[in-house]
Amino acid sequence: MTAEHSLAIEATGLMKSFGETRAVDGVDLVVRRGSVYGMLGPNGAGKTTTIRMLATLIRPDAGSALVLGHDIVEESDAVRAAVSLTGQLASVDEDLTGRENLILIGRLLGLKRPSAKARANELLEAFGLAEAANRLVKNYSGGMRRRLDIAASIVVTPELMFLDEPTSGLDPRSRNQVWGIIRALVAGGTTILLCTQYLEEADQLADGIAVIDQGKVIAEGTPGQLKASIGSGALRVRLLDPAQRPQAQQILDRELGDITLEPDPAALSASCPDTDRAAEAVAQLSRSGVRIADFSLSQPSLDEVFLALTGHPAEEVPSEKSDPIEEGQPV
Amino acid sequence: MSAMRTTKKAPAETADEAAVRKAIASTSRPPRANALSTALTFGWRGMLKVKHVPEQLLDVTITPVMFVVMFTYLFGGAIAGSTGAYLDYLLPGILVMSVLFTTVYSGVALNTDLTKGVVDRFRSLPIWRPSPLVGSLLGDSVRYVIAGSVIILVGVILGFRPDAGVPGTVAALGLVVVFAFGLSWVFTTLGLILRTPNAVMNAGFMGIFPVTFLSNVFVPPSTLPPILEGFVNVNPISTLATASRGLMGGNAQASDIVIVLAVAAVMTAVFAPLTTRLYRRG
Repeated sequence: MTAEHSLAIEATGLMKSFGETRAVDGVDLVVRRGSVYGMLGPNGAGKTTTIRMLATLIRPDAGSALVLGHDIVEESDAVRAAVSLTGQLASVDEDLTGRENLILIGRLLGLKRPSAKARANELLEAFGLAEAANRLVKNYSGGMRRRLDIAASIVVTPELMFLDEPTSGLDPRSRNQVWGIIRALVAGGTTILLCTQYLEEADQLADGIAVIDQGKVIAEGTPGQLKASIGSGALRVRLLDPAQRPQAQQILDRELGDITLEPDPAALSASCPDTDRAAEAVAQLSRSGVRIADFSLSQPSLDEVFLALTGHPAEEVPSEKSDPIEEGQPV
Repeated sequence: MSAMRTTKKAPAETADEAAVRKAIASTSRPPRANALSTALTFGWRGMLKVKHVPEQLLDVTITPVMFVVMFTYLFGGAIAGSTGAYLDYLLPGILVMSVLFTTVYSGVALNTDLTKGVVDRFRSLPIWRPSPLVGSLLGDSVRYVIAGSVIILVGVILGFRPDAGVPGTVAALGLVVVFAFGLSWVFTTLGLILRTPNAVMNAGFMGIFPVTFLSNVFVPPSTLPPILEGFVNVNPISTLATASRGLMGGNAQASDIVIVLAVAAVMTAVFAPLTTRLYRRG
């Protein structure tokens, strides 16, 4: 195996425009085999378009990319044979049952009918869909649909999987389930390119993250590096006695700085570079006799990441109305 | 507090990570499916839709059934002298109409697929690229046969007894289905150009409705004003209706059948590659 082939994705200067809108404006990506790579950015940043180019659904206007060693334009068939795509809109057939969906994909990938059926049953069982197997997908919940979608992507285990916002619109429990599935996929050796709007999701799952804004990669690194470069989350403290807030404000300003007084008269928050400093600040409050009802540490949100990296908040770029599938609108 | 956070795991309804891991490990990539097999698989998908959403087929079958019954008794006496004589003339025409109306749904179904994202998955699979289209139309052909058979059945109930019997009737149905296969490529092209399934439906019927009525499906063109008569005579749907009448009546002109097949071939040759290219581009 050559060094080149230890890379799952190697993209250089990918560009794609839709009409006047430049959706992707020179994206470079390097993704190692066996890793989870996160593309983080708001709606309309160009994540979906990038994935669609890499999955050979659309041709780049400029730039090139090798996916598992195959050129996405010249050898698109070879790329398609080794990857699978879980789109932002659940890519399953609503008018069929869950089982029929999986058999359909199995047959299309070359499984004989009995193996396609057996494989469908195995996956339905593993993904907790056995009881719903004979129901039409249009009657599935969002979480079930997502699980079926991912199951359809691994009917034949791909070497590389594209996951486009796999947990958007899911409740926390379904989200945790999907995360569990993704971890299992990674443990099985599948490389994953994950698009997400949630820093937490990228943080939980990805080894490397590219932050994308207006079609460009504006920052890249491990989740740790990225968070460190952004700096702080926030320490939020809620007091037992609102009258003590001025005192608390003074202490926190000295310890941490950047105080925000919240609408709740007993609450305030301060920017917080690391947990040690937060612990120290809480201890200081306590020593000074400020009584605390509760406190919490929050990670920087995507908004804060964007603010820190670009100087502007993560605004949704209005995407091309004419191309709802091209430019991934929220469902 | 910890008691409140504890959620009980219902094993049947959640993904089991160990099982998922096992499921991933247990596959090897099968040899690539050939073009015929993938097209037939998409045909199977079309059949499943008929099974799960029978309303669609019902919609397009009911109108022609109503037409047969109403027109036979309303106009039969006036146009052909008796309801029986008119039924002999009308039924092959209604067969043509009902099957051609069904073709609009091929475009509607394709457009629906596109709006729902399932096409993304199909397009990312390592398969012969036109197979979703060819397969759906093969599946649709089965629907055409069903729609046509319903009309023939209604005709037989009303007293329609074609001279050429079952073989002639089957041949007529076959010819209509072949023509419909060609025509449906026009609507799949439309389905890829227009935005919504409804737009495809409206535009499709706006086209097929007048073209079907301005043919010899309902009345012999000899009574029409000259310009209209000219159009009706060159309308391939008239030729198709005439050929179907001929096949059912045992006096078909070979030239009519050749024209019908040629028009179907031309429509396929022009619109199938167009559809495929539009589909590929997404």
